Amino acid sequence: MRPQTRAGLTDSLGVGIGIYPLGIALGVLVVQAGLPWWLAPALSVGIFAGSVELLLVSMLAATTPLLTIAVTVFAVNFRHVFYALSFPIHRVRPGLPRAYSVYAMIDEAYATYVLMPAEQLTSRRIITGQLTMQAYWVLGGITGVLIARSLPQPIEGFEFALVALFVVMTLDAVRSRKELPSALLAGLAAAVAILITPENALLTALVVFTVMLAARYLLTRRSGSGESGAADA
Amino acid sequence: MPETGYLIAAVAVAGLITLALRALPFAILKPLRKSRFVQALGRWMPAGILLILAVVILRNEIMASPGRLWAVAVATAVTVVVHLLGKRRALLSIAAGTTCYVVLLNVL
Repeated sequence: MRPQTRAGLTDSLGVGIGIYPLGIALGVLVVQAGLPWWLAPALSVGIFAGSVELLLVSMLAATTPLLTIAVTVFAVNFRHVFYALSFPIHRVRPGLPRAYSVYAMIDEAYATYVLMPAEQLTSRRIITGQLTMQAYWVLGGITGVLIARSLPQPIEGFEFALVALFVVMTLDAVRSRKELPSALLAGLAAAVAILITPENALLTALVVFTVMLAARYLLTRRSGSGESGAADA
Repeated sequence: MPETGYLIAAVAVAGLITLALRALPFAILKPLRKSRFVQALGRWMPAGILLILAVVILRNEIMASPGRLWAVAVATAVTVVVHLLGKRRALLSIAAGTTCYVVLLNVL
């Protein structure tokens, strides 16, 4: 196996133990909602966005109108717009690999590769990582379908892996990037968002956070400190 | 059970919107990548976005069943402590936190 392929597989392991159980949850939900089994892999290939997939199961079971589905997907996945600002897409070869990388830009892929020094990243490594993450989703969904058909009651609580995953990645990000000010602003944005729009806290928090960073940029530039420019050099 | 045609159409609509949200910003931002402002955002955003995702996902888990607040709190604390004391091995910390949560929900 090529070293970069191995690196990509290793990268995906940490998020894999978060994704796979969620995939199982998706498969279980699909069966319990009375939907056909093939919907689990279809969601993970056709959409490939975990939170929306889980959300769609109940919407599809209720035959929700397509327009409502479209608006919901737009609102929940709008955060992906922000990933383009910082994801190291230039490390992925143009053409099919880059197209796949953009299609497969799930939260976990963004979080995994945005934190690594760009010079350590190769196209093969990123694509292998993303392909493996998608495989966890698809296989988890099929596992969930099989479990739901054989067990009356699945074990609860594995979805916590997703919480733990993001807690761990946040701890690492705040330390390795010396980004305490950003973390504090983000915490503030999240608190504000939960207070004013509890139903759509994620999107509001991201917008508020971006506005705060724009203000921070203007302030550091006006104060004349070379901080923002010097850090680039 | 909903009709197969409806299910396929729904997956296609949701998939196209998701793909557009992921692809369009990359295309639009390409000329902006050299801008100092976009570079500053690229540097400042990751830690903050991760924190926001962590907070929102934590909150969703609590809202899904408020009675589990204590279990979420304990499991989160275990994850943080194991991660800080255990030389930041992500797999170990995630496994410890998740095992703790599963045990708290199913055994106690």
